[in-house]
Amino acid sequence: MASTTPIDKPPAPPVALKRAGTKSGRAGDKVFLGLSKGSGILLLVLMASIAVFLTYRASLAVSRNEGNFFTTFDWNPAGDPPVFGIAVLLFGTIVSSVIAMAIAVPVAVGIALFISHYAPRKLAAPLAYVVDLLAAVPSIVYGIWGALVLVPYLEGPNLWLDQFFGWTYLFEKTEVGVARSLFTVGILLAIMILPIVTSVSREVFLQVPRMNEEAALALGATRWEVIRLSVLPFGRSGVISASMLGLGRALGETMAVATVLSPSFIISGHLLNPGGGTFAQNIAAKFDEANEFGRDALIASGLVLFVLTLLVNGAARLIIARRKEYSGANA
Amino acid sequence: MSQAANTGIQERPVPTAPKRSTSLSTRALPRWAPFAFAAVAIALGVGTGMAAGWQSRTQWGLVSALLFVVISYITTSVVENRRQAKDRLATSIVWVCFLLAVVPLASLLWTTISRGAERLDGYFLTHSMAGVLGSEPTGGVYHALIGTLEQVGIATLIAAPIGMLTAVYLVEYGKGALAKAVTFFVDVMTGIPSIVAGLFILSIMLMTKTQPSGLMGALALTILMMPVVVRSTEEMLKLVPNELREASLALGVPKWRTILKVVLPTAIGGITTGVMLAIARIAGETAPIMLLVFGSQLINTNPFQGAQSSLPFYIWEQYKVGTDQSYDRAWAAALVLIAFVMILNLVARGIARWKAPKTGR
Amino acid sequence: MAKRIDVSGLSAYYGSHLAIEDISMTVEPRSVTAFIGPSGCGKSTFLRTLNRMHEVTPGGRVEGKVLLDDENLYGANVDPVTVRRTVGMVFQRPNPFPTMSIFDNVAAGLRLNGSYKKSELSDIVEKSLRGANLWNEVKDRLNKPGSGLSGGQQQRLCIARAIAVEPEVLLMDEPCSALDPISTLAIEDLIGELKERFTIVIVTHNMQQAARVSDRTAFFNLAAVGKPGKLIEIDETERIFSNPSVQATEDYISGRFG
Repeated sequence: MASTTPIDKPPAPPVALKRAGTKSGRAGDKVFLGLSKGSGILLLVLMASIAVFLTYRASLAVSRNEGNFFTTFDWNPAGDPPVFGIAVLLFGTIVSSVIAMAIAVPVAVGIALFISHYAPRKLAAPLAYVVDLLAAVPSIVYGIWGALVLVPYLEGPNLWLDQFFGWTYLFEKTEVGVARSLFTVGILLAIMILPIVTSVSREVFLQVPRMNEEAALALGATRWEVIRLSVLPFGRSGVISASMLGLGRALGETMAVATVLSPSFIISGHLLNPGGGTFAQNIAAKFDEANEFGRDALIASGLVLFVLTLLVNGAARLIIARRKEYSGANA
Repeated sequence: MSQAANTGIQERPVPTAPKRSTSLSTRALPRWAPFAFAAVAIALGVGTGMAAGWQSRTQWGLVSALLFVVISYITTSVVENRRQAKDRLATSIVWVCFLLAVVPLASLLWTTISRGAERLDGYFLTHSMAGVLGSEPTGGVYHALIGTLEQVGIATLIAAPIGMLTAVYLVEYGKGALAKAVTFFVDVMTGIPSIVAGLFILSIMLMTKTQPSGLMGALALTILMMPVVVRSTEEMLKLVPNELREASLALGVPKWRTILKVVLPTAIGGITTGVMLAIARIAGETAPIMLLVFGSQLINTNPFQGAQSSLPFYIWEQYKVGTDQSYDRAWAAALVLIAFVMILNLVARGIARWKAPKTGR
Repeated sequence: MAKRIDVSGLSAYYGSHLAIEDISMTVEPRSVTAFIGPSGCGKSTFLRTLNRMHEVTPGGRVEGKVLLDDENLYGANVDPVTVRRTVGMVFQRPNPFPTMSIFDNVAAGLRLNGSYKKSELSDIVEKSLRGANLWNEVKDRLNKPGSGLSGGQQQRLCIARAIAVEPEVLLMDEPCSALDPISTLAIEDLIGELKERFTIVIVTHNMQQAARVSDRTAFFNLAAVGKPGKLIEIDETERIFSNPSVQATEDYISGRFG
């Protein structure tokens, strides 16, 4: 590229031009490459320092913890002796996220199929647009809606669940009180991640090659059989990554949980009882009253949340990589 | 029936494939059947609900939805056949999914708009909460608007250039281990919960004894914004056809000028869209602000010193106050926030459509 | 097995655009009928109206009658799904189900239509693969994905999949246009064998191919771009290629246009 052929400026002396071009070209290239490479490296440094700083502050707190960090059912870093543990938070985070996924993923796949394959065409395009917009609604708005609208609304259905499904233990409501339970949190998280999971799944379903669908149609497949034979196998890895995206959001969601849940440091299999907690919710709830040591303790719990989301992300990536050979996406 | 047409291919008797009637016509339910099923299901659902004395309309709806799915499956398998019944089952489940999801999402939008509009006016947008008690019906969101604009602005000023440059590195230069590592960790970064990003900045603040300020919040938002910008810019740059780059390089234009003058301008529409969508995303983040900016009732126009507020944090504060008046303020602020985010989204998507590269999709 | 097709007054639309207008013809059973004509003349569209695949295209709509041994495909109580079971189709580009094995690809249509014993299923799969001249090449790797085969093998796999459900008619939409000459020859030989059992309709751009494989040939043309395609004439292949009754056919065949 040093040999700049000056097609556009033939009259100028070639030697001088060549030198000028070379100089500014080389210097410019160096600066530009340095800048862009530097940005990439900065990102790596940032990720590394997140891990290092969180670990360091967390270790300060955990080393002075008189309880067991993983099994203690209490959060009292300001006490004497300081005692705090994440057992309840881990339980609550996982339970609420599992409930959210169990509701959101099937429904999202249904809506995505509705938009991509069932809805009248005139309805499909605006619907897709609205779903994309809903995915951008901030979580605090879901939070106050959940607390002020959903919680009072769910009281009836909760009684009903208790009445008919109380025998399952999970839906037995042993404590009176409003529906500020892990179950309600799960439902709210489901509603919250529904748009994003739908939006990604829909895009994957629309990418199914037309000829794959026609192959099924020409064999005399009904619409459902077309979906089962060609759309779902093709879209499976996309749906998995969409779900993981949703799961990541559900695990780390702060505001929607903090507004709805009435927290307590107990673990209960009765999902309808108020109480429990999640990592993010606990940080939001305990932050204001925490001194420096208390903040370090919260950072320690945040580190666990961080690792949890990393594991989910890694698992998603593994699944997608393994499925890729069979997905036909590259066929 | 295939035995008649024995060719040399068939050496031993093979079961005939189809067990089908010779006729193409099948018994079919009329077109209005789904509507009839729906009407019957709703009637039955409401009937059971009233008979059992259930308070909640949700239960009526759920029972109706369930009945609809069951009725259409059974009727179809009796009148038509099992395959058609399965097909109709899938169709009705998909419709039910859609309708079930519409209810809460519509309720969310409707509540925010109707409750928010009660309190939203010029006064609300131009006054702060200075000296306003929780139970007073006055006060406004001005200080929070300023906070959001400044924090998001600072975050964008930092994250957009770094994110874009990183994407340029990955697409135009990136090869080898470094590029792979960057790609991987950008993915990882996308999944960081906002509260963890907040805790990271908090840990730095604890070590350097820094006081809360808008800047700290902006830094956490930067962490959340960067990977989004990298991803979307990367995608847009990949859409730029290689012929354009080669044409420019073949004219003797240095690579950096090719990128600046040819590649980036071609993709600029999509990149702008990506950045705006990223802004819309971070504008609604509450958790880092809660940890790092601390919140304030007063107008503080200096993001580098002193506590500030922000729109999402303001909603959280007003919710926690717990009076009717503060709920009103929370809804009004939520409407402002949603409007802000939606306008950004609409404009961004508009730009994407308008500036879409002719070569792309 | 192998039914006659009678088309009368058939027009097909894309939205409000009329793609083919007022086509009437008869396709004889157990023979090969080739559709030829310039690009955009609607021969593929017409082919897709014969198994009601046209209407799956957004905006696709059909008027007129298609009788399959006296039964109208577009009759009031006719289920398009049954029609497509009865009239099989092979596409321009081979389209095996990418996530399925070779065996499952052939068995896909059968599994939709009922339950078979494992032995029955493998008998039919073998018979169909033999029928598509593919058995010897794939019998040792029936459980490998179908997308791992070569283009020509994939197309024969698609033919095996189509004939496994024992259709009455087999429609082929330029089945060789994505294949190399040797694979093309293999498919052409196969068509010659299949016409013993099926009514075959093939769309082709290659006039030599039409001359080689078909018994009757239909020539389609359109007056101008944007005008609907029409059937110009249909006759014995030999006659079409030696002494057609319409001047436009002769012009097209001798390469004066198109």
